[in-house]
Amino acid sequence: MENPYLPYPVRIDSITTETEDRNLKTFKFVFLNPEDEAKFAYTPGQFAELSIAGKGEIPIGIASSPTEKGFIAFTVNKVGKVTTHLHNMREGDVMGVRGPLGNWYPWEQMEGKNVVIVGGGFAFTTLRSSIIYMLEPENRSRFENITVVYGARSPGMLLYKDELMAWEKRDDLDMHITVDATDDPDWKYNVGFVPAITEEKVTSAENAVAIVCGPPIMIRFTQPVLEKLGFPPENIILSLENRMKCGIGMCGRCNIGEKLVCKDGPVFSLAELKELPPDY
Amino acid sequence: MSAKIFSKDEWAGVLEGLKDAYEVYVPVKEGDFHNFRPLKEGTRPSFEFQNTRMSPKFLTEPQSERMFEYTLDKNQPDAHILKEDEKEIPPRAVVGIRPCDAFAFQLVKRNFDTPRYKDPYWLKRYEATTFVGLGCNDPCETCFCASAGSGPFDRKGLDVLLYDLGDAYLAQPLTDKGEALLEKTDGGKEADEASWKKAQGLTRQVAGKGSRRVSTDKLREKDVNALYEAPFWEDVAFSCINCGTCTFLCPTCWCFDIQDEVQMLPMVGDRMRNWDSCMFPLFTLHGSGHNPRSSKTERVRQRFMHKLKYYVDKYDDGIQCVGCGRCVQFCPVNIDIREIAEKMNAL
Repeated sequence: MENPYLPYPVRIDSITTETEDRNLKTFKFVFLNPEDEAKFAYTPGQFAELSIAGKGEIPIGIASSPTEKGFIAFTVNKVGKVTTHLHNMREGDVMGVRGPLGNWYPWEQMEGKNVVIVGGGFAFTTLRSSIIYMLEPENRSRFENITVVYGARSPGMLLYKDELMAWEKRDDLDMHITVDATDDPDWKYNVGFVPAITEEKVTSAENAVAIVCGPPIMIRFTQPVLEKLGFPPENIILSLENRMKCGIGMCGRCNIGEKLVCKDGPVFSLAELKELPPDY
Repeated sequence: MSAKIFSKDEWAGVLEGLKDAYEVYVPVKEGDFHNFRPLKEGTRPSFEFQNTRMSPKFLTEPQSERMFEYTLDKNQPDAHILKEDEKEIPPRAVVGIRPCDAFAFQLVKRNFDTPRYKDPYWLKRYEATTFVGLGCNDPCETCFCASAGSGPFDRKGLDVLLYDLGDAYLAQPLTDKGEALLEKTDGGKEADEASWKKAQGLTRQVAGKGSRRVSTDKLREKDVNALYEAPFWEDVAFSCINCGTCTFLCPTCWCFDIQDEVQMLPMVGDRMRNWDSCMFPLFTLHGSGHNPRSSKTERVRQRFMHKLKYYVDKYDDGIQCVGCGRCVQFCPVNIDIREIAEKMNAL
């Protein structure tokens, strides 16, 4: 019997510090057994359990895109025992990755549609995966206009800065970078909260699906903006978090009503969430 | 193979004989209560009980079990790589399990045996186990099995059903596994007409006593959010002290935690899984400090909503409760799931 709790062994290939507070790092992993890479076939929006022997496991969204080969990447916020230990690990160290887990953004539903991506803070990871995936030449024609609003507290807290700047220059992607506030006189992007910038930059809900991922406060204020624009709840897509252990729907703690965030989610439409008790 | 009759005089020997083919679990009296224990030298099985205090769920989900082992010694080539604990589970038989507890395994199986994922730890134990049930001549005061999809002589989840006829046990095989077990027993004789008549009389007599009825028929059609927002949760939870006894004893509570345990010299470790409880705030605490069920009212609501609504909606085949009555009997503040089911059903 296949053991769904057994992680694939991986080696840390590179570690990048993403933010000025040094609390967010991106880890690129390479599979120790090359055949495991094919077994770890994933779709943007999914997550995995990062597994450190002696410390435990943490569920983290996959930040790399399946179109990027040879590695998988995760951006991890330092908050607890496992993440703190991970932040102290070095390139070359061996650990485990278990997954891919959960569902993914509704790529079939989004085909032929305008895609609006709204992200905030360090919840941008699976959105990065999604943007890279959609911009891949073989995929780009499957979607109409792509609009991205991404914000952080300050310029130094933005993830993936080099990529953001590169996306900003492209004409097949409408990129809006924003920060809550900055005293940098050379800041040439937006200043303002994500919901306000979304209201300013996103002008139509026609033939569009919105993916929203960010802190609860951002989601709470972005939702009415999207609803006012005319997005029906079926076309507002959210990615949720709850505390998890098993990641495969068995240990019982991540439920929202009868749904399990780890297995039935983490991606839910607003229409689905409105049917469920608000246990998240 | 047809049913067999074993006299009580030979019963201890029959159990002893099963040890050749099985690891045998039997009820044992410990202080004022019974629990299932492995039959070893010196173990004294005792079948004079209503039900065991602890449920037999440990047979498939031990309170604590090792999932993986590893070395953290960097000089070892496999340092930090998890290895499966390849321990084989021998054939085992639990003798004297009550029908409600046997049925509980069928409900819990839905959680561990899914189309997408199979839990190898739970399933290999389940598959290795033969369930020999003992019908209830004297149901507990707190039980309500007949309202929870089971009954004093219910057969679901059992491989053999025993009827206690006073001076003998009538053993009826219900599955191939059960027949295989009976074939391995020493002694006994083919059940005769008179024994069957006695067993049937017993079934009728116990059914006539009637266990408490609990209404659950309207739970499926209720709006989940209306139940979630129901006005009675504060009252229901008021006296709860979040001790977790209910989840600890419940045969259908399966939630677990996964923890790593490490020792020094040599630097090795285990990844363990341990029973957990939705009654504890840590169960759902986010890394950020946010907790979707931070208050005891929310946690008590979760327990009853899971058993009496979420499970009902998810599988559309009854409640996640077999009516064993342990939580009613042992709750230190007398919270009674039967009353809560009635409240929810009547909302």
